Amino acid sequence: MKPRQQRMLAVGLAALGIAIAAGLTLRAFQDNMMFFVEVSDVVAGNYPSERNFRIGGLVVGGSIERQEGSLDISFEVTDTACTIPVVYSGVLPDLFREGQGVVAHGRMGDDEVFQADKILAKHDEDYMAPEVADSLSKHQQDIADAAVAGAAECRSNDS
Amino acid sequence: MIPEIGQFALILALSLAICQAVLPLVGAHRGDAAMMNVGRSAAAGQFVFVAVAFACLTWSFIANDFSVLYVANHSQLSLPTIYRVSAVWGAHEGSLLLWIFILAAWTVAVARFSSGLPDAFAARVIGVLGFLSVGFLLFALLTSNPFDRLVPAPADGGDLNPLLQDPGLAIHPPLLYIGYVGFSVAFAFAIAAMISGDLDRRWAKWTRPWTTVAWMFLTLGIALGSWWAYYELGWGGWWFWDAVENASFMPWLIGTALIHSLAVTEKRGLFKSWTLLLAITAFSLSLLGTFLVRSGIIVSVHAFATDPTRGFFILTFLAVVVVGALVLYAWRAPALDSDVGFAPLSRETFLLLNNVLLVVATTLVLIGTLSPLIIEMATGGKISIGPPWFNVAFLVPMIPLVILLGMGMHAAWRTQAASPWLNTLKIPAIIAIILGVVIPLFGYGRISIMLVVGCAAAAWIVASALIPIIRSLRREKGTAGITRSALGMSIAHLGMGSFVIGATIVSAFGVESDRALQPGESIEVAGFEFHMKSLGNVQGPNFSAIEAEIEIRDDGEYVATVRPQKRQYLVQRSLMTEAGIHPGMDKDLFVALGDQLGNGAWSVRIQYKPLIRFIWLGALIMALGGLIAISDRRYRSTAKARDKVPLDSTKTAEAPA
Repeated sequence: MKPRQQRMLAVGLAALGIAIAAGLTLRAFQDNMMFFVEVSDVVAGNYPSERNFRIGGLVVGGSIERQEGSLDISFEVTDTACTIPVVYSGVLPDLFREGQGVVAHGRMGDDEVFQADKILAKHDEDYMAPEVADSLSKHQQDIADAAVAGAAECRSNDS
Repeated sequence: MIPEIGQFALILALSLAICQAVLPLVGAHRGDAAMMNVGRSAAAGQFVFVAVAFACLTWSFIANDFSVLYVANHSQLSLPTIYRVSAVWGAHEGSLLLWIFILAAWTVAVARFSSGLPDAFAARVIGVLGFLSVGFLLFALLTSNPFDRLVPAPADGGDLNPLLQDPGLAIHPPLLYIGYVGFSVAFAFAIAAMISGDLDRRWAKWTRPWTTVAWMFLTLGIALGSWWAYYELGWGGWWFWDAVENASFMPWLIGTALIHSLAVTEKRGLFKSWTLLLAITAFSLSLLGTFLVRSGIIVSVHAFATDPTRGFFILTFLAVVVVGALVLYAWRAPALDSDVGFAPLSRETFLLLNNVLLVVATTLVLIGTLSPLIIEMATGGKISIGPPWFNVAFLVPMIPLVILLGMGMHAAWRTQAASPWLNTLKIPAIIAIILGVVIPLFGYGRISIMLVVGCAAAAWIVASALIPIIRSLRREKGTAGITRSALGMSIAHLGMGSFVIGATIVSAFGVESDRALQPGESIEVAGFEFHMKSLGNVQGPNFSAIEAEIEIRDDGEYVATVRPQKRQYLVQRSLMTEAGIHPGMDKDLFVALGDQLGNGAWSVRIQYKPLIRFIWLGALIMALGGLIAISDRRYRSTAKARDKVPLDSTKTAEAPA
């Protein structure tokens, strides 16, 4: 092969490879993207109903309930303004405990309970998933505003 | 006192690094031998002072000097000595010092083994490495000084993250860094070639062993990290497509492409500018990986704001290195390519395809890793890309890569006649098809298209990689056997086969089950009976733990006893899961304790992981292949013979392979 043809071949192959890759990426991205939804937004009904998403916040103190001897557990997650109930079945991460930051993957059940299929609590106690930290600090601000205005803390869509 | 000595040594190292960066480059430009020679001495001096600084920090850890902020944050009185040493690189400041130390060590190695190189070329390589040292030393001294004091000193430290208190993780970062930093040598060789404007086949021959060594360490480092995640994170996966893992995997993929492209440049004098581009990319991705991960940027754009000086410095340094190298490349590289042709059916074509596919794979991993960041910056939406996407996307370039691998190994340089080539490939193809069906169906009792593809691919690689070895063993007496570099290639490819079969079988037939279990009770998972005999308390040096004794039986026959623990570390009060693993070549049985369920029961995660060891074994074999390849005689001869002939890009290019 002549050098020019070689270069053409190389460029052509690279372009083809990248085109295929880009096409696949875009197609599969749609199905695999998982959105993070703030607890307040979930309570307000703003969440993707047909697919999995992530929520995050603090585990509410005293909310962890477990049936004795069973893997099923329920607890509540709060962004300090709103709270939603979560159910999960399985082994929990080591850093999962009341008052700690947590991220849950799953979807909303018909009963307004978040059905988690995966629970993440990070390796380091000082570390909080950035989206959770964001969500908490934002709503802590809301609480302060709400206290001044005397408004309801959690604005759900039914109230 | 000791920390101040360390600090002072770092400043001295910086001044020597500046000499090392400037003088040899100027000397090479002017043809001044005295100035060029400064490079080697300055590199040696820099290494000594960095080593002193490193020793000072290590001493501060061993002596529990909590007046040093970094020690106070990452060590503790009851921490075992070995982990006090590994705590040196347990966080940002210390791991940066380790990086600098390893860079200095690589530089000294280059200075030591470069006597066969033309003086001007060696001087430029050392100068470029000196420039990198200056950048890192400035970064350490200005933004991340490990010797900062804490006044008043606390009585006890905050302890090392318990996850890092493990032998695997004690040596994982050094291995990984040796790999990352090793690509700086290939980078420096590329820059030196572009500055001088000369790049011939000998350049590739000099660059190859350094690149291979760096790649070997990176391979081992990544494999060790994967193994550590498997047993220490407690949940039995071996690869999570986590941003941190991807950051080490991308330089590996490009490094692998570079090794193959260097083969073409050495043997045929082709792909020169492409090889240069890969050398630049491999090191740039190493930089991106280490720093973006360490600084937390990759986790979120917001982490960037927590320490603006660090982030600013990193970005500036990356920009100088990457943009500088690319500008030089755009200016110099077009003149380097030589007019040599090759036939469509030749080893060159297959290596070209190998490179294209590896680059596509890297691009996909990069897109998956960075897209959450880009989408957040563009729209504010917070998304994550799950492992399923990576698994599918990554297979797209990997399946053709594996098929072409077996074909390319048996194609000759320059041109290959079709019929003898097809003849050679017949046997491995038949073996691959048979084993592709037999292994899943008779070995594991289930079959699917992906299983056949995976098993056939593994058998195809192994069979075609064995052909040159078998031929060499059966050759007539007196004829030449396989060369070390060809043997190294075959062995590295066998490692790839081992990896493919392990990954295929464990993803298809691995069993994972969360169950409740109490002492005296038995449960069955994947045909094995897990019986919890007892639960008890045990004490470690800096933790207390609950330990379960679990007996595993297969059809009533005793297999093993495993002792998973739930540890509570006393200082950080954090819980850690230590899995109980019964390892074996054919399968791992894995038990991890979850939490107390009440009624004396515990949640346990039980896993059956067939052939998972083949994954890490594959990485070990790949690294061994690299080791054999660089022991080839022709690399030793360059180190010895002092070759003063000026670099010439055209004369040697047509010599036979």
